Amino acid sequence: MPLNISEIRKDFPNLKAQVQGKPLVYLDNAATTFKPQAVINAITDHYRSYTSNVHRGVHTLSEKATAAFEATREKFKNFINAAKAHEVIFTKGTTESINLVAHSYGHFLSEGDEILISEMEHHSNIVPWQMLCERKGCKLKIIPINNQGELILEEFDKLLTPKVKFLSIVYVSNSLGTINPVKQMIKHAHNLNIPVLVDGAQAVSHLEIDVQDLDCDFFVCSSHKLFGPTGVGILYGKEDLLNKMPPYQGGGDMIASVTFEKTTYNVLPYKFEAGTPNVADVIGFGAALDYVHRIGLKNIAAHEQELLAYGTKVLSVIADIRLIGTAKHKAPVLSFVLPNIHPHDIGTLVDREGVAIRTGHHCTQPVMKHFRVPATARASLSMYNTKDELDILVKALRKAEAVFQ
Amino acid sequence: MSDSARDELYQQVILEHNKKPRNFKQLTDSTHFAEGYNPLCGDHLKVFLHLKGDVIDDISFVGDGCAISKASASLMTTALKGKTVKEAETLFEQFHHLIKGELNPDKDPNILGKLAVFSGIWHYPARVKCASLSWHTLKGALENKKSISTE
Repeated sequence: MPLNISEIRKDFPNLKAQVQGKPLVYLDNAATTFKPQAVINAITDHYRSYTSNVHRGVHTLSEKATAAFEATREKFKNFINAAKAHEVIFTKGTTESINLVAHSYGHFLSEGDEILISEMEHHSNIVPWQMLCERKGCKLKIIPINNQGELILEEFDKLLTPKVKFLSIVYVSNSLGTINPVKQMIKHAHNLNIPVLVDGAQAVSHLEIDVQDLDCDFFVCSSHKLFGPTGVGILYGKEDLLNKMPPYQGGGDMIASVTFEKTTYNVLPYKFEAGTPNVADVIGFGAALDYVHRIGLKNIAAHEQELLAYGTKVLSVIADIRLIGTAKHKAPVLSFVLPNIHPHDIGTLVDREGVAIRTGHHCTQPVMKHFRVPATARASLSMYNTKDELDILVKALRKAEAVFQ
Repeated sequence: MSDSARDELYQQVILEHNKKPRNFKQLTDSTHFAEGYNPLCGDHLKVFLHLKGDVIDDISFVGDGCAISKASASLMTTALKGKTVKEAETLFEQFHHLIKGELNPDKDPNILGKLAVFSGIWHYPARVKCASLSWHTLKGALENKKSISTE
């Protein structure tokens, strides 16, 4: 069903903003998405009428907060089609989720073991593994990419040896937009009993996710890239693995009983949720999941693919523009460079026209190195963007070029 | 100069120095050298100095960066050639006051000359480091630090 974009835009108050006296054109959705009013209301409502800690009190407000908090867990379970709600752990973001796994599952790795990642990973899916390698004497191996920004799967298969004890792979690249064939990769890795983490930070707002169908062992993402608030992330893990893994942080909520002689840990998911969680924002995330469910990811994806095709077409008209990331299967991310203008200057100049894009290395320095560019300009699209906005981007780029003539 | 004209970030002088940076080369006989890096944006440059006594006899730079960082490095080299190290340090301080918006080139005693084209940059907080990278690298070179990061 085609989306009614003008109706959807009414749900996002921030889209009405003016920047430098011009109507805002927000094309930085891979950094963070805007929040619908329903999310803002859910957070406000919690603070206005049932501020409370969770899993602690018997009083009415605490029970209400606990129910709303746990409802988000159930909603997310359904969102990714997990088998059980207690396989869904709340963290503060994708980065923390990956660090949790690297730290906790890393316990089972030893010297000489190999950890496999790819050349297109975000720094958050590189550095935690490097730190683990330093701690344990493991080796980091890298799946290379081709010049379209796709993984070279023949090389992946060559790198898959019995020495590999973990594969951590991005589903959708934040700087290239590439959608990786993770289901097939997981199958290959499982042939050698290698557990797989899928970094879904950029995937969740564009693709329907079914963790049972993918058969991934871990899946991580952030609320704020899925129309929810910042400060909430998810770690999904298969129950048997999570049960085997040691806790990541110690504290309240993650214990069954504490004496100075011995502490017994709580069951899943609480074992991995030490301390007071981000109650209000988890509740807000629940409202975001409801919102996306109502619009439908299939409809969102269809609209975004149309925008991506249109954006690719109108940008390609600019002489000497170089699109970085031209994979066959792509999310709506348009990374590019212009010959005579550095991406930072592009960013500042299009901002004057009200256009918000990201410029820089996008926390993917190895990708920049691969394409031999110091940085790129990146327009990343979402369900509420329009073709008119892409036309405004192109006009703004033309103006920027005129300044640098 | 009117306020709005001064607030214009991409002034002709900056665009021109970006297009044709001065002293854009390696010095083969440098006595001092440092590499500067802004990890946030990937700007990267090297500053070379040849000191005779305490006079900057020659200065140059090479690197990759936005128009602001390139023009700033270029203008810095033209401003510092022939100056003493002490004069360079004074300019460094003045330039920092300028880009933080703490200096009014019309009212305050102005020793900055052409460097005053960066007076509008404090309106763009994310870009201040672009203008200051070459100067931090210069300072590193004078202090014999080989690697400078603005983060």
